[in-house]
Amino acid sequence: MKLDLSLTVNGEAVSARIEPRMHLVDFLREVLDLTGSHAGCEHGVCGACSILVNGQMVRGCLMLAVQAEGAEVWTVEGLTETGAIAALQEAFVARNALQCGFCTPGMLVAAATLLKANPTPTREEIREGISGNYCRCTGYHAIIDAIEQAARA
Amino acid sequence: MNELSSVDRPNSYIGRSVPRPNAKRLVAGRGQYVDDLRLPRMVHVAFLRSPHAHARILSIDSTAAKAAPGVVRVVTGAEMAAVCTPWVGVLHHLKGLKSAPQHALVVDRACWQGEPVVAVVARTRAEAEDAVGLVEVAWQELPAAVDMEAALATGTPVIHPDLGDNLAFTREHVGGEPDACFADAESVVVQAVFHTGRHTGVCLEGRAILADYNPAEGRLTAYHSNQAPHMMQTVFAKHLGLREGDVRVVCRDVGGSYGIKVHVYPDEMATAALSKMLGRPVKFAADRMEGMVSDIHARDHRIAARAAVTKDGVITAMEIDDLTGIGPYSVYPRTSAVEGNQVVNLCGGPYGLRGYKARTTVVFQNKTPTCQYRAVGHPIATTVTEGLVDLAAEAIGMDPAEIRRRNLLADDVYPFRNLAGLAFEGLSHHACLTKLLAMMDYEGLKAERDALRAKGVYRGIGIASFIELTNPSPFMYGIGGARISAMDGATVRLDPDGSVAIASGVTEQGQGTEAMLAQIVAGAVGVDLSRVRVTTGDTETTPYGGGTWASRGAGIGGEAALQAGNALREQILVIAGAMLQAAPESLDVRGDAVVDRDTGAERLPLEELGRIVYFRGDTLPKDLPRELVATRHYTPKDYPFAFTNGAQASYLEVDVETGFVKLLRHWCVEDCGTVINPMLVDEQIRGGVVQGLGGALLEHCVYSPEGQLLTGSLADYLLPMSGEMPDIAVAHVETPTKESALGAKGAGEAGTAGAPAAVQNAINDALRPFGARVFAQPFTPARILPALGKI
Ligand code: FES
Ligand code: FES
Repeated sequence: MKLDLSLTVNGEAVSARIEPRMHLVDFLREVLDLTGSHAGCEHGVCGACSILVNGQMVRGCLMLAVQAEGAEVWTVEGLTETGAIAALQEAFVARNALQCGFCTPGMLVAAATLLKANPTPTREEIREGISGNYCRCTGYHAIIDAIEQAARA
Repeated sequence: MNELSSVDRPNSYIGRSVPRPNAKRLVAGRGQYVDDLRLPRMVHVAFLRSPHAHARILSIDSTAAKAAPGVVRVVTGAEMAAVCTPWVGVLHHLKGLKSAPQHALVVDRACWQGEPVVAVVARTRAEAEDAVGLVEVAWQELPAAVDMEAALATGTPVIHPDLGDNLAFTREHVGGEPDACFADAESVVVQAVFHTGRHTGVCLEGRAILADYNPAEGRLTAYHSNQAPHMMQTVFAKHLGLREGDVRVVCRDVGGSYGIKVHVYPDEMATAALSKMLGRPVKFAADRMEGMVSDIHARDHRIAARAAVTKDGVITAMEIDDLTGIGPYSVYPRTSAVEGNQVVNLCGGPYGLRGYKARTTVVFQNKTPTCQYRAVGHPIATTVTEGLVDLAAEAIGMDPAEIRRRNLLADDVYPFRNLAGLAFEGLSHHACLTKLLAMMDYEGLKAERDALRAKGVYRGIGIASFIELTNPSPFMYGIGGARISAMDGATVRLDPDGSVAIASGVTEQGQGTEAMLAQIVAGAVGVDLSRVRVTTGDTETTPYGGGTWASRGAGIGGEAALQAGNALREQILVIAGAMLQAAPESLDVRGDAVVDRDTGAERLPLEELGRIVYFRGDTLPKDLPRELVATRHYTPKDYPFAFTNGAQASYLEVDVETGFVKLLRHWCVEDCGTVINPMLVDEQIRGGVVQGLGGALLEHCVYSPEGQLLTGSLADYLLPMSGEMPDIAVAHVETPTKESALGAKGAGEAGTAGAPAAVQNAINDALRPFGARVFAQPFTPARILPALGKI
């Protein structure tokens, strides 16, 4: 069985016919070729699949694509093109707040969500704010620095 | 020609914290990890894995699976064995190491829960997984050998009857006079039994391979999330009946590796074999649950250890008895005996002992195979050694920093060979410890700890000195018969527009390999960093090399790049000399131009030199060499390994009611020789520290008595999260290796080597008022509360 799905992804209207069991992150990656969102665990723990759905941060591996009917979805690709997360990206590069980069798209979404709610967070608030996103490479210190730097910029 | 080292050159990038060239792509979501790639006619494989720790296959019925939607092929172990030959993970120099032939798919008997049994290939991964659920395997469950302590006991099933017993490897080493030291009536003997919990790497990107066998050419191209493409080229060729030259391995972006992605995995071999069988691209991307039972595990050790110390604080001897369970097979081709062997080599490493005795016993068991994971053996040896040193200090009433000062090898004894037989070219234990104590304000911290203790707040300070093996020579694997290159190469080329291309055999998984290479070559040639681009991770286009493991990227790959860059600069200057009617020695390359060496005055832009050489060679003297490309290789020859050293400290608080540990601060001072990019090195240290902290406090592969992994998802297997990790201060002492012009040693593993020991010692410092101690990692409340007598 397949269902029709229409939504907006990174500002573009998208329609597709998909299996209802397909998760949103797989839909983005496999159907739309938006491979910037990653699947690190597929059970809602690691945060690598974090994206924005109707302005809220969502784990793309926990949401079915069909649940996004009519929604407005933003991924790292769109957020990059609009410049919405440019300050964070610049700080991440300057501070080497990524190594393998696999966690980074999700981490940037988490950081942007944090800064939107709290534009001048303390280090502790940043550590708490991104605690739902695993990074296996950096040990987090540089990520905290980069978010702090972006918040000050 | 005057041969300046890169470090001396006016336009050197050595020692500068420039950002990585590939980072911009990754923050924009434009990485190319294996699962992002898609090829025409590509199909997907999913595996039925053994649900049992030990079980015989009675029959397999794949009728329903074959008829399922989208299914292309279902392959059993017997069919797979006809295409992919089995392997045996032994090395000749690890004398007596034995293992059994391991197949890509189980042929008749599964030996761990998670071993791949049947491969199902379908149009999509979801369809393949659906069909896996339809494969019917009739199993005869067999008694399992799970507990490593019982592996050699009578009554425990022998996993591979042909091998006689469950003993894979054992080695004992005695140096100096340990027995006399322990018998000395004036000395105090301290002892403990340490456990380092079995854990694993959990690369955020799971293992993945996209294998594309093209029958028209008889060639296999494997896009692989891997650290050692040339090694895999050899392995694929050997076991799939291809010539090495007909296998190409491409490693684009790799989403974390840490030693996990440098081994031969049966499911990845099966994927390559399936591509050969089907003549079309086959993709395998391990999901997290299957990764937890099939990625290598590590550090499953029990170590009984003791040390003798004189009343005035001289540690005279250590004795180590290590037992480790490695799963049912020694992993190919690096083997699973290296970790235990390293424990024998490394314990006591920072100290000048009079007696040393160490033994490892490596046993088979029905659990996921273990093998080399970041800092192989070092976190274990450091935990044991530094735990003993703190016990010795306590026994004689000496400050932990003071006892280290009295026993660490002096900074001027080098070169030095220790009782374990390790050769040290030049270490800086005292300089590192002194810097560490100053950085952390040791005396101030002790006062704070004591003042808080009076108020019922239990904080602890833990120190750990360590050594770390880097820049391995062929003594690591090559002498044991493995085709794992200790040499690495770099090709450096000047293109017509004056830009420089580097191709290197070392690989990038986020450490900053490509940035490091670019910095070295930009400085050596004399061009701006922005004019340099780097290719790694492709057996077809890079010089042969070992890849990235054992902290060898900068020390070996970087030195090859430096030599190649120097050679290219010489080529440029010879041609420029002819064009300018000047002696090549009077010229240099700086800022994208050939300049007068003494005045720095610009003589000829590189772009113009490129134009003439490539398009107007008719205007150059006939016999002038026109090569603008140089390849150089490098292998360490003087020392088997370039040891590094350092010291770490942890400051933490134990909640004595709940048993929870709160990390407050962490410090690391280490000496990796020449630091090429301080920012990247510091981040390697920090990332390594946190992986060490994970193993010390959280990560644990817990098994049921039947051999079922109980922590098989990230909901149960805990990883360090940002909220519970401390800020980590990093500093360096630089003792360059004299073996190479660059002087760099490795930095990728030092953080992991020392962190668990520092935490262990800090927890035991915090618990000291209660007379409680813990030596079993991870140090969870379930271990701390019993030590406190609370449960
Ligand atoms: S992939 Fe969604 S949280 Fe890990
Ligand atoms: S950079 Fe590798 S997981 Fe975060």
